[in-house]
Amino acid sequence: MFLGFFLALRQAGVKASLREFLTLQQAMQAGLAGFDVEQFYFLARATLIKDERQLDRFDQVFAAHFKGLHPPATPTPEGVSPQYLPEEWLRLLAEKLLTDEEKAEIEALGGFEKLMETLRQRLAEQQERHQGGSKWIGTAGTSPFGANGYNPEGVRIGQEKSRHRRAVKLWDQREFKNLAGDAELGTRNLQIALRRLRRFAREGAAAQLDLPGTIGATARNAGYLDLHLVPERHNAVKLLLLLDIGGSMDDHITLCEQLFTAVRSEFKHLKHLYFHNCPYERLFTDARMRPQDAIPTHDVLHTYDRNWRLVIVGDAAMSPYELISPGGAVSYWNEESGQTWLSRILTAFPKAVWLNPVPERHWGYSQTTRLIGEHMSGRMFPLTLEGLDNATRALAR
Amino acid sequence: MRFEGTRNFVATEDLKVAVNAAVALERPLLIKGEPGTGKTVLAQEIAEALGRKLIAWHIKSTTKAQQGLYEYDAVARLRDSQLGDARVHDISNYIIKGKLWEAFEADTAPVLLIDEIDKADIEFPNDLLLELDRMEFHVYETRQTIRAKQRPIILITSNNEKELPDAFLRRCFFHYIKFPDRETMQRIVDVHYPGISHLLVHEALTSFFTLRDLPGLKKRPSTSEFLDWLKLLLAEEIGPEILRETNAAKLIPPLHGALLKTEQDVHLFERVAFLARRG
Repeated sequence: MFLGFFLALRQAGVKASLREFLTLQQAMQAGLAGFDVEQFYFLARATLIKDERQLDRFDQVFAAHFKGLHPPATPTPEGVSPQYLPEEWLRLLAEKLLTDEEKAEIEALGGFEKLMETLRQRLAEQQERHQGGSKWIGTAGTSPFGANGYNPEGVRIGQEKSRHRRAVKLWDQREFKNLAGDAELGTRNLQIALRRLRRFAREGAAAQLDLPGTIGATARNAGYLDLHLVPERHNAVKLLLLLDIGGSMDDHITLCEQLFTAVRSEFKHLKHLYFHNCPYERLFTDARMRPQDAIPTHDVLHTYDRNWRLVIVGDAAMSPYELISPGGAVSYWNEESGQTWLSRILTAFPKAVWLNPVPERHWGYSQTTRLIGEHMSGRMFPLTLEGLDNATRALAR
Repeated sequence: MRFEGTRNFVATEDLKVAVNAAVALERPLLIKGEPGTGKTVLAQEIAEALGRKLIAWHIKSTTKAQQGLYEYDAVARLRDSQLGDARVHDISNYIIKGKLWEAFEADTAPVLLIDEIDKADIEFPNDLLLELDRMEFHVYETRQTIRAKQRPIILITSNNEKELPDAFLRRCFFHYIKFPDRETMQRIVDVHYPGISHLLVHEALTSFFTLRDLPGLKKRPSTSEFLDWLKLLLAEEIGPEILRETNAAKLIPPLHGALLKTEQDVHLFERVAFLARRG
């Protein structure tokens, strides 16, 4: 039942699994959809979609599958041809559209099986007569149900009824449109990788039982209990994040957003600053990098101590002048070369890595990437799960 | 047994379907949505509507999955042994039942609310997979297996602070409470303040939705904040005329402290209002 719909969802990139599909079947069997399109829509949504960012995609696929509209962005190969329309769906439609008298009449004619037979025949004819057969539903006049003398609006079921004012149209409204967006997909994976960076330290009030301490003290106490408490452990890692923004980094913005989301929820002590291509004497607190957002790099070096771990995210691809000669910066005149600033920063923060969103195999083609790699003494890693994993190892050392 | 909303809670059609599906198929229901759209209240209302007991498990950043099952109070036992208490010979005296155990044990299936699951550690949902799926767990200390007498109705709320693992999501139904439109809002107000002046509600809704639609707000006011504000308006006896005047002049509405919670937002509103008046 509805296997075609499920496959269309998968094709559109909705991460519904077989297990969820079976749950939907189970729910249908339990009669939860109650022969009502709107109810079915809600039920399928609650079962198959687990992420509000995918709701919009679900609405599109639903509309495309059950109305025959072509989805705007990710086209399914052939729309949906009427023959694939499941029998249950037809039955449901017929149930909905017929009055009691009509139902009795159909019973007299030979029951639902007969009706289904007729409907199927009509559908087949429709396909032959009409080339773009995928739009058969909802196109007034050509709809098989219209031809049969039911609702001329075809599958726009009961639209004139007040109870269903919003029926069918519901998924066409695409209410969840602005929730869609792939910005955060995969954040969880990144977060898991970042976990290695956790350095637990005990700070604050003593609230937890110190088991080894208690055992030791109790033993010394000749077996009489002597409780010892210690403060709870917290993640005490401090992270300074420098992000390259603009220019060639625009291609990698999604990846950087993901990383940033993951980092922000993982670390309590986090400071992030922006630079363009190469850090010089100024860093910026805002991605727009207006002059009023600038803070001197020297201040940063003095504010945060050596215990802060430094992560620089950038593609390290720039013109060599930007790195090795004074005055080479693209946006303003720098007194000292990028190289000088980079080594200054690295001296201030010995625990540092460079994350590069460009695939590792391309690094050799860029002179500055190689140079910066040398500066970092090999601690440049690609911005992939594996790279991040290695980077956290390097930072933890 | 169907959930149709209650006297105090306006349930939209899609929410009803999701809740009824979760109840019928005995699977957990995951609720997400903007803060203040009634995620936690929903559990109370379901419990009331179905006549079940509500067991609430509020998750904090330090909560461990094990605490929901049971805890073994070794320290108390050690202390008792020092004092020669007779209870010490039975280990089950020191097993403290968690919320899940409590829910599994109940004779009629209760409603179990796991509130704000995203507050816990990132591995927390994974640690509960089997327990929520099979509704049973093993108590190592007493070698007994606790099975749910009746599968409880489980509601899980999340504020999206952390992503939940796929394996966990696959076991749940999901519902996203979207922000109510004007019509639904009207119904919600009717439920909470029956007999309130329609003119006042109309003007208040206009102010509220203008405020919410302001681009660049740090924190958009929610349903619960709107209801609080309405209560304040009633208490201060501010009539619809005053609201209409401020709306027309694009001024900041009276008692805006209930709606705008950061000073940046207040500034933003004033600036926009100023520009609108001048323009």
